[in-house]
Amino acid sequence: MTKWIEIGTLNDIPVLGSRVVRTASGNIAVFRTSDDEVFALDDRCPHKGGPLSQGIVHNKRVTCPLHNFVIELKSGMAVAPDEGCTRAHPTKVENGIVWLGVQAVATVPAE
Amino acid sequence: MLDKVNKPKLVVIGNGMAGIRTVEVLLDRAPDLYDITVFGSEPYGNYNRILLSPVLAGEKTVDDIMLNTEQWYEDNGITLRKGEMIEMIDRRTCEVVTAEGARVPYDRLLIATGSNPIMLPLPGKDLPGVIGFRDIQDVEHMVKASTSYKNAVVIGGGLLGLEAANGLMKRGMNVTVVHLLDTLMERQLDQVAGGLLRKSLEERGMVFKMPAQTEAILGTDRVTGVRFADGEEIPADLVVMAVGIRPNVELARKAGLYCERGIVVSDTMQTYDGRIYAVGECVQHRRQTYGLVAPLFDQAKVCANHLAMKGFATYDGSVVSTKLKVTGIDLFSAGDFAPGADKEEIVMQDASRGVYKRIILRDKRIVGAVLYGDTVDGPWYFQHLRDGTDVSHMRERLVFGAANLGDGGHSGKNSVAAMSDDTEICGCNGVCKGTIVKAISEKKLFTIDDVRAHTKASSSCGSCTGLVEQVLAFTLGGDYSAAPKVKPICACTDHSHDDARRVIVENGLKTIPDVMKFMDWKTANGCHSCRPALNYYLLATWPGEYRDDQQSRYINERVHANIQKDGTYSVVPRMWGGVTTPDELRAIADVADKFNIPTVKVTGGQRIDLLGVKKEDLPAVWADLNKAGMVSGHAYAKGLRTVKTCVGSEWCRFGTQDSTGLGIKLEKFMWGSWTPAKVKLAVSGCPRNCAEATCKDVGVVCVDSGYEIHFAGAAGLHIKGTEFLTKVATEEETLEIIAALTQLYREQGWYLERMYKWCDRVGLDAIRKQVVDDVANRKALFSRFAHSQQFSQSDPWAARAERGVDRNEFTPLAELELA
Ligand SMILES: Cc1cc2nc3c(=O)[nH]c(=O)nc-3n(C[C@H](O)[C@H](O)[C@H](O)COP(=O)(O)OP(=O)(O)OC[C@H]3O[C@@H](n4cnc5c(N)ncnc54)[C@H](O)[C@@H]3O)c2cc1C
Ligand code: SF4
Ligand code: SF4
Ligand code: FES
Repeated sequence: MTKWIEIGTLNDIPVLGSRVVRTASGNIAVFRTSDDEVFALDDRCPHKGGPLSQGIVHNKRVTCPLHNFVIELKSGMAVAPDEGCTRAHPTKVENGIVWLGVQAVATVPAE
Repeated sequence: MLDKVNKPKLVVIGNGMAGIRTVEVLLDRAPDLYDITVFGSEPYGNYNRILLSPVLAGEKTVDDIMLNTEQWYEDNGITLRKGEMIEMIDRRTCEVVTAEGARVPYDRLLIATGSNPIMLPLPGKDLPGVIGFRDIQDVEHMVKASTSYKNAVVIGGGLLGLEAANGLMKRGMNVTVVHLLDTLMERQLDQVAGGLLRKSLEERGMVFKMPAQTEAILGTDRVTGVRFADGEEIPADLVVMAVGIRPNVELARKAGLYCERGIVVSDTMQTYDGRIYAVGECVQHRRQTYGLVAPLFDQAKVCANHLAMKGFATYDGSVVSTKLKVTGIDLFSAGDFAPGADKEEIVMQDASRGVYKRIILRDKRIVGAVLYGDTVDGPWYFQHLRDGTDVSHMRERLVFGAANLGDGGHSGKNSVAAMSDDTEICGCNGVCKGTIVKAISEKKLFTIDDVRAHTKASSSCGSCTGLVEQVLAFTLGGDYSAAPKVKPICACTDHSHDDARRVIVENGLKTIPDVMKFMDWKTANGCHSCRPALNYYLLATWPGEYRDDQQSRYINERVHANIQKDGTYSVVPRMWGGVTTPDELRAIADVADKFNIPTVKVTGGQRIDLLGVKKEDLPAVWADLNKAGMVSGHAYAKGLRTVKTCVGSEWCRFGTQDSTGLGIKLEKFMWGSWTPAKVKLAVSGCPRNCAEATCKDVGVVCVDSGYEIHFAGAAGLHIKGTEFLTKVATEEETLEIIAALTQLYREQGWYLERMYKWCDRVGLDAIRKQVVDDVANRKALFSRFAHSQQFSQSDPWAARAERGVDRNEFTPLAELELA
């Protein structure tokens, strides 16, 4: 089951930038694109765990600050030729409020 | 842009390797200067003549070896008149005349007509089936012959002859190689190596008749055989003459240009008529003619620079090396290996491995090398040969090559071949040679960008780019590296760095989206490569006006600290000229204690690094450092980093000037400036040079009578001593020149291009002229530098610690209680 949690307003996140949501099981990076879409990924690069929230956001992608893996914001997949995937979380924006969807632990699919 | 009519006209005769390389370099240096017309008697675009041998051997196709498509000529506004032969140069009217009689005027003319194969004046030489080995047509002829005929004779046992023979053999013909002397490739090989080569070619089925002199080519309608001076006759359906080449100077000679063996040119590649240049195999420079591409490309570069009216590069001649392109045979030769009383030799022969190496030394230096069977060290020996390195300290192990000298390859490109597969090439990303080689061959990579994308090598600090390029060249084979095309900034655009810089200035573009729109960017918001570059160009072009775009800054510059592998940061406060005080040290110690900073380390730039600071602690750490009077050291910036100094005349018994004081003045004047890449300075108080000023971006060495200013050094993966710029008498002049130099670099450098690379690209003389010789220009550069400093000298730490700038950056958006 997805549980929706309010995490802040759209204006709290810089355009083409990112903010971090801290959780007990690690940080989640929340990104905002140039057309105000919001995406959330685990703040860990599939390469060597670099903090994706610190990367440069372009189109619907972010470049990891450590070794330049480029990650799709929507799916968390590394853009070819790189390989790897980081977990993506559902988000929604309603009336300028950003919501993060989290899975109840038991239902996290073991992909 | 000037329209075609008003541009001076450059006519190029010869659509071959040297001519087109010159045009390519010219387009790179001065894209819009000339209206260019190229005449080529061959009916194709420019192709890689070297690779005709693999085409003949069936290892490549004609399409594989095309270098420039017709589209390329069109895209660059060049008129290509292929299949048209120039018959005459009319120097009186400055026109060239084609075989059909058309006249085309020129303002500058480039002759690049290459050479012709020498056809021995034997009876029967004009019979069908007797050809040279020079162009695509010859190859097509040979391939066709191989399908309907059996016996081929190649006259000439040199490089070209053996490659022809090998190709014909691969095509299924019986091949006999006829050679006048008793050693194959006698110009490149000694007797032993020549013998080894002969043996392994014989094992493959090649037949040799040598020493032997050909007396006649037999046949009536077509060649049927060859007769030798000893009376022997052998059957032949195809005869390839590969006995040498003759520079193609006919056209030049008829036009009254001074020719000897080749067209005689000066060090700037000009003929006796200053409007007429010549490059390539048709040229004779300082008594020397060349028949390999490497020296021709050197000539092309000099010629293009001169045509572009940039720089004062001169061509000083080349030393050449040779490899034989017969798959499975490794052979390398360079320099002079004829025996002589003043020479020493080191010879190694390992018959079981089929390896032979002979290194010839004179006066402690390598003057020649012949390698057979194991040629990985060829380029390494060649480098020492060209550099004239004193090799006496490694004499005993010399013959075993670079890999046995404990040189991990960091001395640069020439050890690449000798590296084992597990040698790390890219230190940043831990990528080994084997990985790169594998990616190149399996994924068919051809450019450095491909390699970057697939392996990560050279994608971070980029200092291993040269090495990766070498691996690329080495893996792809061929004796030269592919032509440098105008390089786009990244995959988001077709435009180069220079294009972007020019367009920004010319069109008064002031934001990143404006630039992208104007230049038809292919992506909506660019990427991590182009956005920071554009941001820098705008910042450098419009100081005080352009608002720095934080989201186009690499994280370190956005948060003014250096990200570490675990996502924490390091903090380096400025220590002016490397001088600190007990109070500052106490404050640093207190900060380290208060914030549990795990590592405190002295840096190479004479300051202190606090490593492992959590991001959210950064503003508080800075506040404490600010309180003690310290500001950001910009240790993360593409900007002024450190000014290293020695204690100079204040303390040192050798000191000639106050080097510490000058260093502090420089740092106080220049801190905060953004540059294309990092800039490090140093000031030494005397030529003992304790501050290591001669490997910095800019270094000052004090002497009794003043200050020597050096620049364009490097001491990272590349090590390069500085170039001497000038010497001045006062501190004021020193400061003015260094600021002017830095400003010129800020205005011309490509983003991430270090000062030494910029200097390489635009030329030392051009720089010296602008910042030293032309005083008015220097003052103008200086005042532009001073102007932009007004806007950049505010401490980014204070802004964030006290005024809460970018507070968002340092606090989480939310904290969730999740399982
Ligand atoms: C089979 C083969 C293998 C080789 N292997 C190697 C190698 O491994 N390594 C190496 O370094 N070098 C090698 N070379 C040599 C190298 O290819 C030449 O040095 C190089 O191509 C010379 O360049 P160029 O521009 O001077 O002449 P070219 O490339 O020959 O270009 C001259 C062009 O000018 C044209 N032309 C001439 N006269 C006129 C006119 N009057 N009007 C119009 N057009 C004209 C010709 O048609 C020709 O296309 C090899 C050469 C051959 C043939
Ligand atoms: S600090 Fe420099 S030399 Fe050391 S590991 Fe990092 S990049 Fe390499
Ligand atoms: S460079 Fe010269 S002046 Fe400076 S410390 Fe060394 S010896 Fe002394
Ligand atoms: S950790 Fe992200 S690219 Fe290496």
